[in-house]
Amino acid sequence: MSETTTVTLAAPPRRLRVVNLVPAIGLLLVALLVVWLGVNLVKTPRVFLDALLIGITNGSVYALVALGYTLVYGILELINFAHGDVFMLGAMIAMTLITDVFSLHGHVVWYVLWPEILAALAITMAACGLINATVERVAYRPLRGAPRLVPLITAIAASFILENIALATKGSNYVSLNTGTSGAADFLPQSTVFTIDGVAYTWPQLIVVLITAPVLFGLLWLVQRTKQGKAMRATAQDREAAAMMGIDVNRTISFTFLLAGALAGAAGLIYAVYFSSVRFDQGFQLGLIAFTAAVLGGIGNLPGAVLGSILIGLIQSFNNTLNWHSPGSNWTQSIVFAILILILVFRPSGLLGERTPEGG
Amino acid sequence: MPIRVRPRTSSAPLWAALSHAGVTNERWLALPLAARRAAIAAGVGLLLLVVFAPIFGFDASAFVAYGVFVVLYVPSWERRLGRLGRVVLPLAVLGLVVAYPYYNTKLFTIPILGPFPDVHTSVVMLIFVMMAVGLNVVVGYAGLLDLGYVAFYAIGAYTAAVLASTQFAGQTPSGAAKRFFAFGAVGVDKSIGGIHISIWILLVLAGVVTSILGMLIGLPTLRLRGDYLAIVTLGFGEILPQVARNGNDLFGTGFNLTNGPQGVTSMDAIGFGNWLHKHVGLPANYLNAANSDNLYFWTAIGLVLITIFCSLRLRDSRLGRAWIAIREDETAAAAMGVPLMRTKTLAYATGAFFGGVAGAYFAEFTTGANPDSFDFHFSVAVLVMVILGGIGNVWGVLVGAAFLAYLDQAGLADTGAWLNVHLHVNIDVPKYEFGIFGIILLLVMLFRPNGLLPEARRKLEFEQGVEDQPLYDVTA
Repeated sequence: MSETTTVTLAAPPRRLRVVNLVPAIGLLLVALLVVWLGVNLVKTPRVFLDALLIGITNGSVYALVALGYTLVYGILELINFAHGDVFMLGAMIAMTLITDVFSLHGHVVWYVLWPEILAALAITMAACGLINATVERVAYRPLRGAPRLVPLITAIAASFILENIALATKGSNYVSLNTGTSGAADFLPQSTVFTIDGVAYTWPQLIVVLITAPVLFGLLWLVQRTKQGKAMRATAQDREAAAMMGIDVNRTISFTFLLAGALAGAAGLIYAVYFSSVRFDQGFQLGLIAFTAAVLGGIGNLPGAVLGSILIGLIQSFNNTLNWHSPGSNWTQSIVFAILILILVFRPSGLLGERTPEGG
Repeated sequence: MPIRVRPRTSSAPLWAALSHAGVTNERWLALPLAARRAAIAAGVGLLLLVVFAPIFGFDASAFVAYGVFVVLYVPSWERRLGRLGRVVLPLAVLGLVVAYPYYNTKLFTIPILGPFPDVHTSVVMLIFVMMAVGLNVVVGYAGLLDLGYVAFYAIGAYTAAVLASTQFAGQTPSGAAKRFFAFGAVGVDKSIGGIHISIWILLVLAGVVTSILGMLIGLPTLRLRGDYLAIVTLGFGEILPQVARNGNDLFGTGFNLTNGPQGVTSMDAIGFGNWLHKHVGLPANYLNAANSDNLYFWTAIGLVLITIFCSLRLRDSRLGRAWIAIREDETAAAAMGVPLMRTKTLAYATGAFFGGVAGAYFAEFTTGANPDSFDFHFSVAVLVMVILGGIGNVWGVLVGAAFLAYLDQAGLADTGAWLNVHLHVNIDVPKYEFGIFGIILLLVMLFRPNGLLPEARRKLEFEQGVEDQPLYDVTA
């Protein structure tokens, strides 16, 4: 600690050195994880590969939601609990559009199908962005000067209100993508893209990644290359200084919420198409998982959120499907939250992020 | 951008209206206390007579209740009788509450909300009051947001349920119970097996176990900043119910701790045993008694009184002042020599203790612990109770918890029925309970962030701000 003070009159008393066990324990846990994965890979390679593909697909859906958390946290240092519910509303809006408005079903010609899916995506993103910006306007902006925990409480309130809006409009049962003939989302090509050792990678899985990737790159471009993105980064760094430089802080924050909501909307559409059913109370749970992913990657850090999401997706699918000494799907939720707690306690800055001024 | 704190004078429009009639704040305050209270009581009476009675019908019991209110409120006993007066009013209210089971069926129907809660509902209300007062220690006094209070409640419930039921009986090949241990339990027979410890001991034990676990959870996590701590507590609140749900086969060993999704059922009865029944007249066994609900009600009142007493005494103690110091400014408190970790951990342990006792008593009241009743919504419900009533103020929390628990148990259903009849709609109001709680939470936070009955000190914090206070006003 005191390398810089070279001149010392007397030899400092020898300090008792306490071995820091935390990194050792962390390394041990990671080593055990690697061993567990390795044994599983050798014993059942096919199951392992299947879990890997599922994990990456789920992880990219989480990534879109986690990015919304991380954007909002970066700019306001607020955990937007309502974000998961915005995502859930997005899935419901997308289902309504696909089944009732465009009435997509099997055997739609591709030049009709894709424009309609893209239109549904655009409408869902716009709607969710507006919902999220409205939540900010009503529940967070009036409380800018209040103690830190107050907007956290209104975030929970907003989450419950959105949940109940879905409950009132769509009922308490699963809403499913019912397109008629041969099952859910049958308008998408169902054939396999490639097959490794008998494990198929299907078109719906690829489409998830195909929609996610451009959205992610677009977001990175927006935040890092545009003027609006610069304003966002400035506001995140120092709100008052940004205001003095002529940035409209409230507008920038609104825009951030709009953007986060749009990402949640995109995630909602992908979820609707890929999993084809959603219930009013699923948003909160999935939101917590995505938040865990954002914390794992380093909250406030955009690539970190993506990395964390893929990791969480992999952990979930490995735990659900691997056979050799896996705790099984009954414990998935506990494992995710245990990771969240361990990360917050031992490495609050996450895997990639540095931006936690007082986080622990 | 300077953060301006708007002075909140919530009653300003009222005074503006009254000042036209020549009633100003100063003149009002110059009146003697009894006169002011008489004016308020007269106003309430007028409202009762002119508005409510014609609409909802005349009811003798409503006017009796109004009379009781006037007698207790107007003469300002607490001033008039000196030291004695400070006891008269609380004792009279306590007497009214204790006697509640004898007159609750004869009371009038509250407009819109429906009839007064029955005794069974009242017991649940009292248990929620106990939990909310416990959470108030963590959230209100120490300022640590706990979003996983349900974890403590679940631990208390399971501790009591497992140690006072046939959960650990085991079976011999012939089907008979293998183990039996009883200590002070009432109404158990050797043949059923299992561990049966007296509920009275278990109430304390559940609190102790819960607060030890609370400390274990708190030690690594209380270092974290406020919102991170909230997330960690939320995580524990999600993990523990899953442990309860999967706890019938822990780690694949077949060890059954919590009996899985079915939960632990058929807990022992609470009671004082035959000897005390014969010699002192205390009830031997609550479940066998004819007035079972009343006995649970009076016991719950005893527990609530103990909780409130401890909470108030702790608040004024050295520890309680340290909690409030941490809430107001952690850095300044540390600089003044308040040990942060120990103080926070003790706040956590205290809150956990009351949560555990409440959980144990609730499990006893419903004769079992079921994992489905422990989820995030429960934690938030208790948090809303604390916030609505007035965060930090025990009396506010008491009123908030009783009212919201009443809404949860009976009020929402009755209100919904009233709305459907009078507005000719068909809405299932209890279904939207948490949406309604969310709206309450949002409105309270936006317009009255210190709650309906704020603590005096807390109110000052909100009105004047606690941090970044300039020495002189720059913008003026």
